[in-house]
Amino acid sequence: MKVLVAAKRVVDYNVRVRVKADGTGVETSNVKMSMNPFDEIGVEEAVRLRESGVATEVVVVSLGDAAVQEVLRTALAMGADRAVHVDTAEELQPAAVSRCLAALVAREEPDLVVLGKQAIDDDCNQTAQMLAARLGWPQGTFACALTCEGDEVVVKREVDGGNRTVALGLPAVVSTDLRLNEPRYVKLPNIMKAKKKSLEQLALSELGVSVAPSLRCERVSEPPVRSGGVRVADVAELVDKLRNEAQVI
Amino acid sequence: MTILVIAEHAGGVLAESTRRAAAAACELGERWDGVVLGEPGCEAVAEALAGLPGAQRVYCAAAEAYAHQLAEPVAERLAALVSEQGYTTVLTAATTQGKDVLPRLAGLLDVGMVSDAIAIEAADRFVRPIYAGNALETMSVLDTPCLVSVRPTAFKPLEPAGEAVEVDSLAALEHGGHRSRFVEESLTVSDRPELTSAKVVVSGGRGVGSAEGFEALAEFADEIGAALGASRAAVDAGFVPNDYQVGQTGKIVAPELYIALGLSGAIQHMAGMKDSRVIVAINKDAEAPIFEAADYGLVADLFEALPELQRALREAG
Repeated sequence: MKVLVAAKRVVDYNVRVRVKADGTGVETSNVKMSMNPFDEIGVEEAVRLRESGVATEVVVVSLGDAAVQEVLRTALAMGADRAVHVDTAEELQPAAVSRCLAALVAREEPDLVVLGKQAIDDDCNQTAQMLAARLGWPQGTFACALTCEGDEVVVKREVDGGNRTVALGLPAVVSTDLRLNEPRYVKLPNIMKAKKKSLEQLALSELGVSVAPSLRCERVSEPPVRSGGVRVADVAELVDKLRNEAQVI
Repeated sequence: MTILVIAEHAGGVLAESTRRAAAAACELGERWDGVVLGEPGCEAVAEALAGLPGAQRVYCAAAEAYAHQLAEPVAERLAALVSEQGYTTVLTAATTQGKDVLPRLAGLLDVGMVSDAIAIEAADRFVRPIYAGNALETMSVLDTPCLVSVRPTAFKPLEPAGEAVEVDSLAALEHGGHRSRFVEESLTVSDRPELTSAKVVVSGGRGVGSAEGFEALAEFADEIGAALGASRAAVDAGFVPNDYQVGQTGKIVAPELYIALGLSGAIQHMAGMKDSRVIVAINKDAEAPIFEAADYGLVADLFEALPELQRALREAG
């Protein structure tokens, strides 16, 4: 079984982002960047499938400028077999990414595609579902457990009321939730080894798909700030404030 | 502009989140249509939807093919309806069900979509949080139809009013070749109010320490009629099930009162609760970031403060 995973380079989850003064976006220069944590979970899951003998090859793809190669090297060091860098300076929206990934699926013919459920920058949570729709494949979103049984993948999904399990005939698309696994730390020898693995570069135009935007960003602004920070000395004062000041009890 | 609201339901009951999505529809236009897909017997849900203000036409496809509301057949049916009727706007609530289905519908229609809208600026312009709510972006939709999932907490649920409109039954499609199959479901059974619509939420973090610790929080929550929530750390540690998680990637809540206990307040958690009207934090770490967002902060051991708080509230009646 061949598994395709995608990894997006995003502002690291520990960074407190700042909105640019001109309202065109958030400050990303001189900010620590990392692999989107949900994609890291996707890479880990694919590598585990490879290690347990279920998968025969794990291909990782990233779309963006040359900097995304860092993310691909990390995925290779985690255990992916080879990487594809789709080179573009454009900022791609989920619909466009799903078109690119559909073209890559036609090229790579994987049995399973594993994507993060959302990127922690745009928080869209769209790409996996859009890709599944384009391919006409079943989808298992927000996966917290995944097992392959015959020609099916059984996905336990995190839903609002608890968990729900679906079985999907392969090929299928799965999106990862937080509790699917805990990604490994990359060890130095593996980083060295990863440098020898294949990292193919493709121009975006080679995919032959439209990446025209579906949405136009009008402005990015700061959210309203909470004026919190009042300390109370004890429970009695807290109850008094809740009753007389906030009037919530 | 013609608007379609996709309904969500469970146990034969229309989801409150759908009444909130319908409220967003009312902000966009005077009238909207609704659609309910589900197992045979879900007609009652459609009738509930048809009784909401602004409802013009409500479709109901009650068929085995739509049992468990699996994304594959549901999105296909919706795509056919949207294309036939030429809807210009399609709305649903940004619940796990809405997040599963709407992007798939967008993929089938080959359009983009707006996730998690919290405000409507114009028929094609929406505000949504990005970076765990640390920034807001205003997006104009360039595609038709315009697909939007709305954050339920940002809209007040519509209440039934006046005469319900008729429900039109919608035939199931011949869904060939689908490969998704429902296996099982394990839903948290609780008499507590639902987390996303509760007036008061009691929430615990890593500081609660254990599943037993959460039992004390649960008892407190039950006494004051609150829902119980948790941080990712508490869920990852196995103290409570995943559906308790409040935050960027979990549930978004905005109660009147949010009581955070032993919870440090990572930005990812804050993204899920910072729109609460009043936030109380009790944590023994005076440096915990939660205190920056809390209206009232008490530096104390939660297991000492909690019984005292419980007693004080009980005395207060």
